Amino acid sequence: MRLTQGTFSFLPDLTDTQIKAQVEYCLAKGWAVSIEYTDDPHPRNTYWEMYGNPMFDLKDAAGVMTEVNACRKAFPNHYVKLNAFDSTHGWEALRLSFIVNRPKVEPGFELRREEGAGRIQRYSTRSYATARPEGERYS
Amino acid sequence: MNDALTIDLEALSQEAGLPALLAELDGSLVGLAPVKTRIREIAALLVVDRARRQVGLSASAPSLHMSFTGNPGTGKTTVALRMAEILHRLGYCRKGHLVAVTRDDLVGQFIGHTAPKTKEVVKRAMGGVLFIDEAYYLYRPENERDYGMEAIEILLQVMENQRDDLVVIVAGYKDRMDTFFKANPGLSSRIAHHIDFPDYAPEELLAISDLMLGGMQYRLSPGAREALVEYIEIRRTRPHFANARSIRNALDRARLRQANRLFASRSGPVAPDALMTIEAEDLRASRVFADNAREPDLRGYGGTP
Amino acid sequence: MANDPADRYRAGVMKYAQMGYWQPDYQPKETDVLALFRITPQEGVDPEEAAAAVAGESSTATWTVVWTDRLTACDMYRAKAYRVDPVPGTPGQYFAYIAYDIDLFEAGSIANLTASIIGNVFGFKPLKALRLEDMRLPIAYVKTFQGPATGIVVERERLDKFGRPLLGATVKPKLGLSGKNYGRVVYEALKGGLDFTKDDENINSQPFMHWRDRFLYCMEAVNRAQAATGEIKGTYLNITAGTMEDMYERAEFAKELGSTIVMIDLVIGYTAIQSMAKWARRNDMILHLHRAGHSTYTRQKTHGISFRVISKWMRLSGVDHIHAGTIVGKLEGDPNSVQGFYDILREENNPVNLERGIFFEQDWGGLRGVMPVASGGIHAGQMHQLLHYLGDDVVLQFGGGTIGHPMGIQAGATANRVALEAMVLARNEGRDIWNEGPAILANAAKSCAPLKAALDTWGEVTFDYASTDTLDFVPTPTAA
Repeated sequence: MRLTQGTFSFLPDLTDTQIKAQVEYCLAKGWAVSIEYTDDPHPRNTYWEMYGNPMFDLKDAAGVMTEVNACRKAFPNHYVKLNAFDSTHGWEALRLSFIVNRPKVEPGFELRREEGAGRIQRYSTRSYATARPEGERYS
Repeated sequence: MNDALTIDLEALSQEAGLPALLAELDGSLVGLAPVKTRIREIAALLVVDRARRQVGLSASAPSLHMSFTGNPGTGKTTVALRMAEILHRLGYCRKGHLVAVTRDDLVGQFIGHTAPKTKEVVKRAMGGVLFIDEAYYLYRPENERDYGMEAIEILLQVMENQRDDLVVIVAGYKDRMDTFFKANPGLSSRIAHHIDFPDYAPEELLAISDLMLGGMQYRLSPGAREALVEYIEIRRTRPHFANARSIRNALDRARLRQANRLFASRSGPVAPDALMTIEAEDLRASRVFADNAREPDLRGYGGTP
Repeated sequence: MANDPADRYRAGVMKYAQMGYWQPDYQPKETDVLALFRITPQEGVDPEEAAAAVAGESSTATWTVVWTDRLTACDMYRAKAYRVDPVPGTPGQYFAYIAYDIDLFEAGSIANLTASIIGNVFGFKPLKALRLEDMRLPIAYVKTFQGPATGIVVERERLDKFGRPLLGATVKPKLGLSGKNYGRVVYEALKGGLDFTKDDENINSQPFMHWRDRFLYCMEAVNRAQAATGEIKGTYLNITAGTMEDMYERAEFAKELGSTIVMIDLVIGYTAIQSMAKWARRNDMILHLHRAGHSTYTRQKTHGISFRVISKWMRLSGVDHIHAGTIVGKLEGDPNSVQGFYDILREENNPVNLERGIFFEQDWGGLRGVMPVASGGIHAGQMHQLLHYLGDDVVLQFGGGTIGHPMGIQAGATANRVALEAMVLARNEGRDIWNEGPAILANAAKSCAPLKAALDTWGEVTFDYASTDTLDFVPTPTAA
């Protein structure tokens, strides 16, 4: 399966040139770009690991690309995403978030059920990858 | 390569707005003739480089890292700002901003602190010019475990591998920079342009005063002008003389004394002319004159770099 | 106005203007509720008197003088018509500005606010027609409302979806599907790439599908699609019912099943809407509102209520989503007016913007934003226009455009998602999507057969009819 979290997951994986253009767009808006990675892509896993702090006050995408490449190198088989944070009052949240690296094989999720009264099902979603400990999941 | 293809260098230069930029550089910066010449040379090199690229001649990304040496107040930061703009117009610098830092911005206090700090600064400077003032403080040979070396190594890497992304200008006193380069040949070899900023001549300092005062809407009375000429003469020989910066400080203090003088005699009405005019006494009250009457001492009155 | 109290309060009938409801010198206070009406007086009724009558009938007046006014601070309670302008280019119609003291209204009650402002006055005989065009709610009053239960930002954080409009589809056909078949459509559409599916406004609990059945099958579909994609999915479970007790029961069941969102219809009434908004806030639920019935009073220019006023009331009431027009789709919607509705729903502060029909500055006092929903006759081929007009914070709902896809529902959903992502990517890259849109879509279709099929099927479909609810004022000096 292909994990479709993030703004551009239905497009072919973005090239570095395309990623750079998106970063330039974010910087021009004054947003702080940050990088996060994980090997637990559960849709409710809100807190991926931060690859350094958000990068404030950058003028050019080159700095971000350096970090993206460093993160990919350190975690070649993890999901890596790029976030853009807008601190404008009333928003103070992400404006853009898209995946820039994914594992070679994505085994997907199992939907577990527990039958309850009145035909109610209790559902839980489990990534097949998380059966193994953190760091060994997509090797 | 195509011989039939001709390139109009003038058009290339016009297109980048270069003549206007250089004219502005001439007009707004007093003196600095050798510096201006070097900048013209670099600009010419870059225009020709661009032309070569257009006709398909080899033009590897030129190394643009520079060293600005000279005493304090000789215009190094100002010229760095202009340089960033010129590089931007000529397409050698995507954003053209200047990030000015010193050792404290790059070097951390404990193990593992320096690399992220330096990288952070480098990332902010990408697309523009990183200006490192008093760069020699990065290198402290007396302390083997100084973290400055770590910062220098990161800078070297970036200067070599990301020439398209970042131009580094290191700056400081000439003699100390020379020692610094000798101890760090790696750095020295990556710097293509060494520009030396001479001290200003007395008449240049006077011209700078006029520019500064004009900008603030003040003027000197004839007596005050004489006093300033004398002041400059004495101040240049004193310790901690910082060229234009010392002049700015002197003028700021003269404005303070002028205001005090006007305020002390506030019983009558004041004409706009009086509000604008610096009198001789506003300058002559300076300790520079008083100290000159006695033996010169080493209490530098302002103008530390 | 008669200055002598003995004259003013003598029994009998008096012109409204003379009773103090017309005060051209009145300076509206920061705390006043302001209303702008479009009035069409009967022949022979002068516009100031008509405006005064509207002020009177929507506040303290009755048809005759009553001495009991004098037991009150009646000068304060009286609404004041303070300005009347002819509607540009439309003889016989006037814009009347009326100010109401904040003490006329109960805190946090749309029912009370509307009972005054639109209570009796719309049937008033001296007027041929009356339309409430806009309102300014003072921040002091705004602060007495809860506002959107979730709001745009928190909705995005809960769904973990940023940087693009959300995508939805209404399950079709509207009526007749059994619960099991209905859930199939939900599963296919969500798995194919939509973020949401939606019950239609009239899907409640009918003989062909009772509500519990629908909820159970829909949640099976949502959970399956979530596991298949690794993305949060939702379906708006319509909890509209005959009584509040039934609505609460349905809402609780939706919560028990783990739904992220429930849905109500505008026809349940203002009080019921506010109640459900409170319930939604208490239960971490997104609240979707379908504006069923609004066109009965928003569409005609001379009589009724502008949708921009409904938008304001709904933001105060506390819904998270509201259908607010598509501009390019099959339903009524002048581009400027619709963009004005979107501004009202989403912005922190609305400056006066006559081009978009916003007459008053409105400070929302930190009330969260409502996500507008564009639904009705839109398809992937219009993606560049939709993004251009509506921006990022909107739910684009392609019902027919998903379910009617020649290659199936999943393919329909994928076509929409790919078209959307390609368009956002291109816009962020600085491309001129308004002009290059069709080329961008055609290029994206090269690596996406479903999008190619969608463009081939609907590429040329447009709904190009003249709007009835257009703006007919030119920029003039601003209101109050």
